[in-house]
Amino acid sequence: MLMRQTGARSRHRLWVALLALLVLVAGITLLVDELQEVPAPPLSVLNRSLVTEPESLDPHKVRTKQAGDVLRDIGEGLTGYTESGELIPTGAERWEISDDGLSYRFYLRPDARWSNGDAVTAEHYVYSFRRLIDPATAAFYAEVLIDLENAPAIIAGDSPVDALGVEATGEFELTIRLMRRVPYFLSLLTNPAAYPVHPESVRKYGDAYARAGNLPSNGAYKLSNWVVGSVIELVRNEMYRDNANTAIDAVNHHVVTDGVAELNRYRAGELDITSNVPPDAFAEVRRERPGELRVSPYLSVYFYGFNLTRPPFRDNVALRKALSMAIDREELVEKITGRGEQAAYGWVPPGVLDYEPREFFYASFDKHEREAAAERMYNEAGFDRERPAEIELRYNTADVTERIALAIQAMWRDVLGLEAKLINEEQQVLLSNIRAMEVTQVFRAAWTGDYNDANSFLYLFKSDSPSNLFGYRNVEFDALLEQAANQTDPTRRRFFLEEADRVLLADHPVMPIYFYVSKHLVSPRVRGWGDNVLDYHYSQYLSLADRS
Amino acid sequence: MLRYALMRVVGAIPTLFLVVLVAFIMVRAAPGGPFDTDRVLPAEVAANIERAYHLDEPLPQQFRRYLTGVLRGDFGPSFRYSDYSVAELIRGALPVSVKLGVLAMALALCAGISAGLVAALRRNTLTDRVVSAIAMTGVSVPVIVIAPLLVLFFAVQLGWLPAGWSSSGGGSRWIMPIIALALPQIGFIARITRSSMIEVLESEFIRTARAQGLATATIVRYHAMKPALLPLLSYLGPAIAGIVTGAIVVEQIFGIPGLGRLFVQGAQNRDFTLVLGLVILYATVIILLNLVVDLLYGVLDPRVRRT
Repeated sequence: MLMRQTGARSRHRLWVALLALLVLVAGITLLVDELQEVPAPPLSVLNRSLVTEPESLDPHKVRTKQAGDVLRDIGEGLTGYTESGELIPTGAERWEISDDGLSYRFYLRPDARWSNGDAVTAEHYVYSFRRLIDPATAAFYAEVLIDLENAPAIIAGDSPVDALGVEATGEFELTIRLMRRVPYFLSLLTNPAAYPVHPESVRKYGDAYARAGNLPSNGAYKLSNWVVGSVIELVRNEMYRDNANTAIDAVNHHVVTDGVAELNRYRAGELDITSNVPPDAFAEVRRERPGELRVSPYLSVYFYGFNLTRPPFRDNVALRKALSMAIDREELVEKITGRGEQAAYGWVPPGVLDYEPREFFYASFDKHEREAAAERMYNEAGFDRERPAEIELRYNTADVTERIALAIQAMWRDVLGLEAKLINEEQQVLLSNIRAMEVTQVFRAAWTGDYNDANSFLYLFKSDSPSNLFGYRNVEFDALLEQAANQTDPTRRRFFLEEADRVLLADHPVMPIYFYVSKHLVSPRVRGWGDNVLDYHYSQYLSLADRS
Repeated sequence: MLRYALMRVVGAIPTLFLVVLVAFIMVRAAPGGPFDTDRVLPAEVAANIERAYHLDEPLPQQFRRYLTGVLRGDFGPSFRYSDYSVAELIRGALPVSVKLGVLAMALALCAGISAGLVAALRRNTLTDRVVSAIAMTGVSVPVIVIAPLLVLFFAVQLGWLPAGWSSSGGGSRWIMPIIALALPQIGFIARITRSSMIEVLESEFIRTARAQGLATATIVRYHAMKPALLPLLSYLGPAIAGIVTGAIVVEQIFGIPGLGRLFVQGAQNRDFTLVLGLVILYATVIILLNLVVDLLYGVLDPRVRRT
């Protein structure tokens, strides 16, 4: 009896000891964490957020806007933008363009410095442009410089990298030769893929180049810490050529993927700028904080595309028109998105530089007229309420896309009497189906301009464009874009682009639904915020009022 | 027992191999690749990227390449975070997740067992009902609801705690995630402890102890506690699984740079190597933990040890 009692007791103690140990370890880890409390923050810190983690901070490896947002703070190319989106010289002081538009000579700023003190020279740009195009780099955005002499051959591995049309014609003088006229070339150079990298550091660190401590910056800030999945911390780059005009000392780009969490953190004062405003909270936020909400047109379009390689949409423009005309876009942007989006009756968004976007002929129709015309068109296509068309609509699984799909399904039912089959798919699955063009009929997608020019939207529909997800082929359209590219006179170029736009809309390969807006909450203490259609907001232009 | 443990570890190797193989086939079977976006790349550019990540090789060759890498401890580069290797990403996230999980588990055990004991001893009183109600709430309200409510109340309304991870470096940022993660487990543990304690208190040997005139405290401490906690031990496995899966949600909501978040993003981004690396890690951890629980059983329950 006694024996059993002690045995049980000692085992019991083991159990208790184990538990106590667990609690102790837990307590100590917490305590250690507490002791490592961060030091007092520097004078002024801007907290902003990113909706996804940047995949890299190496300019030649990036592919998302979020990575670009950080790179615009820690780097600088030959050209850049002001806070309101005007193109300005940044790394270059000025440039000369040859009369045929094929040769660019850039005069670099001799006072431009890397954060390690080295001058940013023309050789650095040459090295960087070659690295972007080099097949070994496997750069996602190699496309940015694809118009440089020999670039396609180098990318394909048929030519050595030093054949690229870029040359240092002086320590601070860079000459670029193009294969064809690219009227928006200066805008292309604002892309972080065209930023210089520091050659010695790339050679020294290899794949670890873009880490804190290794990555030299030629921008207003430099990388001080990167906690993957959490935050990217930047501090002022004292060597920056325009450091005197940088107001904020440190910038934290927090990675906040969840919209509600982001809003809560903004409300708690932990974020000064949000990357978005969740749709369900939008009305409330507008009521609560009207002065902090910044909504602005954005060069991006939400659309339904047609797969033109398969029935029922192959060679059936009337059916495509009927479906598009039956959609009440105003109702969608008022009742579903409701954040200031603009109904899209054309492909190129408003706000594109030096351009007058074309619109569908029914843009001016009222609801009744439009719906009547839609039905006539539907009959013309060979369908009616007794013999309805069978349509499949694929969209990615997300709240707003689902609601829009349901609304459009109902509109088609009301106006045309057809019952579309809705298929929702995870984003990557949908993308791969769209590309394969084997099962899709109508598919949901979006397109964002890479640079502020109509070509950034129109080229998608060229027969040979890799992003032509529609299977659209029109010789006339291709010829008009080609002619536009060959014009030296901007007015004539614009004429050809607008003509191409008109031809495109007449063919209805796509149903644009609405043009996006950028939506941010910006704390009242942030000064210098500028709305722009590209939704670029360089931290170096911002300043902070004292926190009251 | 050492022999037994070793056998189990060796036996786990084919299991792990199968896990890797199945995971490899599954991530590859999912449509879409790591480099697909709305933008379709020029064919040459896409080919260069595929070559750089060996995606142009036939699948069996890719699997062989991956497996030999893993055997050498090389889990490959992340397909998404091109500046990092998978091993580096996991090394960075593991301590955070382990700390979060251990702390939440510790809290769940302490709070759950105490609450369950109190409820069992004050059976059918108001205390019992309140504890049971709270436990039921903890069990039935999902983390995805609890966590934002906690944030709204303690961070936005009261301003006591940070709403997001990266906003402060201190210990305060751990509090809400740990509570959110522990709450459902507290509920489960309290309910299990309560019912098994009640059962034990009603058994013959406790009645004998009472008849001998022992005080309730003595009975609970020396006689009832251990048998009452045994069912809890078999719940430890599911509890750990609950903490691991719950952490995926909690890490997402609070923006904690842990494994769960990497896993979700890895799956969404089709980051093949990252997902595979995490699957291997999770599988290893689960196999090891199962072993530990089995061994603990042996320590606590002689009947198991003998067989």
